[in-house]
Amino acid sequence: MTGPREQFKPADHPNDHFLLTTVVGSYPKPKWHDRARELFEDEDADFGSDEWEEAKDDAARLITEEHERSGLDVVVDGEMRRNEMVEYFAERIDGYEFNGRVKVWGHNYYDKPSVTDEVEYDEEWLVSEYEFTSSVASRPVKVPITGPYTLANWAFNEVYEDEEALAYDLADLVNEEIEALVEAGARYIQIDEPALATTPDDHAIVGECLERIADEVPDDVRLGLHVCYGDYSRIYPEILDYPVHEFDLELANGDYEQLDVFKEHEFTKDFAMGVTDVHVAEVESVEEIKENIKKGLEVVPPERLTVSPDCGVKLLPREVAYGKMANMVQAAREIEEELDAGEIDLVAGPEASAD
Amino acid sequence: MTQVVSTTPGLFPLPDWAKDELSDLKGHQKTDLISGDESAEITDAYDRARREVLDVQTDAGLDRVVEGQLRWDDMIAHPLAVADSVDTRGIVRYYDNNNFYREPVVTGDLEATGDVAAELDAAAEHVDSGLQAVLPGPYSLADLATDEHYGDEAAFLDAIAAFLADEAGQFPDVETLFLLEPSLVENAPGDGADERASEAIDQVANAVDADVVAHTYWGAIEEKVYAHLMDADVDAIGFDLIADHEQTVYNVQEYGTKDSVALGLVDGQNTLVETPETIRERIDWFADQTTDYDTVYATANTELFYLPVNKFEAKLSALADAAELEEVQA
Repeated sequence: MTGPREQFKPADHPNDHFLLTTVVGSYPKPKWHDRARELFEDEDADFGSDEWEEAKDDAARLITEEHERSGLDVVVDGEMRRNEMVEYFAERIDGYEFNGRVKVWGHNYYDKPSVTDEVEYDEEWLVSEYEFTSSVASRPVKVPITGPYTLANWAFNEVYEDEEALAYDLADLVNEEIEALVEAGARYIQIDEPALATTPDDHAIVGECLERIADEVPDDVRLGLHVCYGDYSRIYPEILDYPVHEFDLELANGDYEQLDVFKEHEFTKDFAMGVTDVHVAEVESVEEIKENIKKGLEVVPPERLTVSPDCGVKLLPREVAYGKMANMVQAAREIEEELDAGEIDLVAGPEASAD
Repeated sequence: MTQVVSTTPGLFPLPDWAKDELSDLKGHQKTDLISGDESAEITDAYDRARREVLDVQTDAGLDRVVEGQLRWDDMIAHPLAVADSVDTRGIVRYYDNNNFYREPVVTGDLEATGDVAAELDAAAEHVDSGLQAVLPGPYSLADLATDEHYGDEAAFLDAIAAFLADEAGQFPDVETLFLLEPSLVENAPGDGADERASEAIDQVANAVDADVVAHTYWGAIEEKVYAHLMDADVDAIGFDLIADHEQTVYNVQEYGTKDSVALGLVDGQNTLVETPETIRERIDWFADQTTDYDTVYATANTELFYLPVNKFEAKLSALADAAELEEVQA
């Protein structure tokens, strides 16, 4: 086993084997929460910042509990306090400014910020979010945080000589935030770098960013990296050198066409594999998810396999998102039982890679 | 005496009100994108948005005015996305950007639709002079599309060129036609294909009675590809000086260029707004390194939909003012 994983195994875990079940982070917001945001943004409404804070607390509590009810070993608050994965952070970092929405595709837009001054740490990003979630959760809490490369790449750079220099400055800020999170008790942190998939040639820059991020983070803190929707053959096996314990990768969407990429070189880290597709609004059956989990066992042995959806589930209807998590957990527990009973032949791990 | 003509490669951001109104009318899924037979309400929203971006260009003082290509949900793949015998399938990445378009798959004989001509007709009603058409270049359009009908690469490029030539043949009178050819840089043609790409551009250029610019961006053109492109019967070749000015200058020093040139001087993918003086300096620098030109088209390097509206408008003004600066000095 790589990294500090045992601490996330529940005391009452029913099986000898343990497949860590978790999520990537985002979750559909309750309709009333969207309504509360509209009221808060409406100057004429009698709905101030106290009410809005209470709404965010309520939503975070509700979704954390929904995650626990589904049986997940490690939970998140569904990112109820965050609007978007770049905007949320850019609003809190000195040096960014917002000019308006830009197109991603069709009529899907985001408020792409501009870096107009050197970036500096200002108000905290996630510490109070973590403290609240862990205070209402009975299971361990994972903290997803947008990585510096994505924070640089998905913004307009007006002042830095190049994106690389901006990414390194941002990495130092992410490191500062992670140190504060660790101080507050966080033990499982996931860096989200979806931009790496769009510019795979920059994997060395992401590696240098991660060196800065991981600097002086204690050994008992589990660091993960999430990358999605790209051509993994262009970043693997190079990413194995990154100073993280776990890679969280989308694979169900592409029907595991890219699985072989990870078999060509021994996968030496923990493998958090997407076992449900977040762009299909139907809940996969437990049987189907079990087959997907077995594909993960072709890459790593059970003690290094984490079971997770492909990506954040925020675009799904909420009941579908819940159904996927619940079936995912049940599938993982059934696979553990079959492993305990010796009914599954292991093909990955040291034995498989000995040749 | 060089004439500086301020213009853009088109594909503008929608005004913010139109982003809201059209996303409410059309929706957010890939099945909701433009098909060419949209409802009267959607047509009306685009008409109002078009009027607005025409006014923005006129007010800024640009010498060439584009229709804005606000309906081009699939960016420069648009003309195929609205054509018969084309299936629009999954969402795929638009070059190396965080933008996506529907993959157009050609499944039968291509026929022009008149879709782009109709947009230009609508724009022409409100533009007194200087109307500029924009089309994908044939090489780039073939590169973005998938062929399941014509069978081989050369035949497919030929069909795309004929299709674009037929579309261009339906245009109202325009002053200039920009053919956008980023794929000549991003996915450069190899031996044989480079010559065919040049011939295909020729075929489209000959379909209109207007000055034609073959505009490239996201880098400099490979030497051999450039040598072939020089054989195309266009009035100017467009270069992205933001992405790579040194190799471009080398190409022009080594192989020459047309009597006119288009220079991408303003960054269509960064909110930092260039001053008119900086733009002017870049034009002078390029002429100093190469030669004098009949006409310099001073343009943004790329399409402009990447920008928020306020910065987009500021960049149009900077380009127009840079051309004015030149006229004052002359």
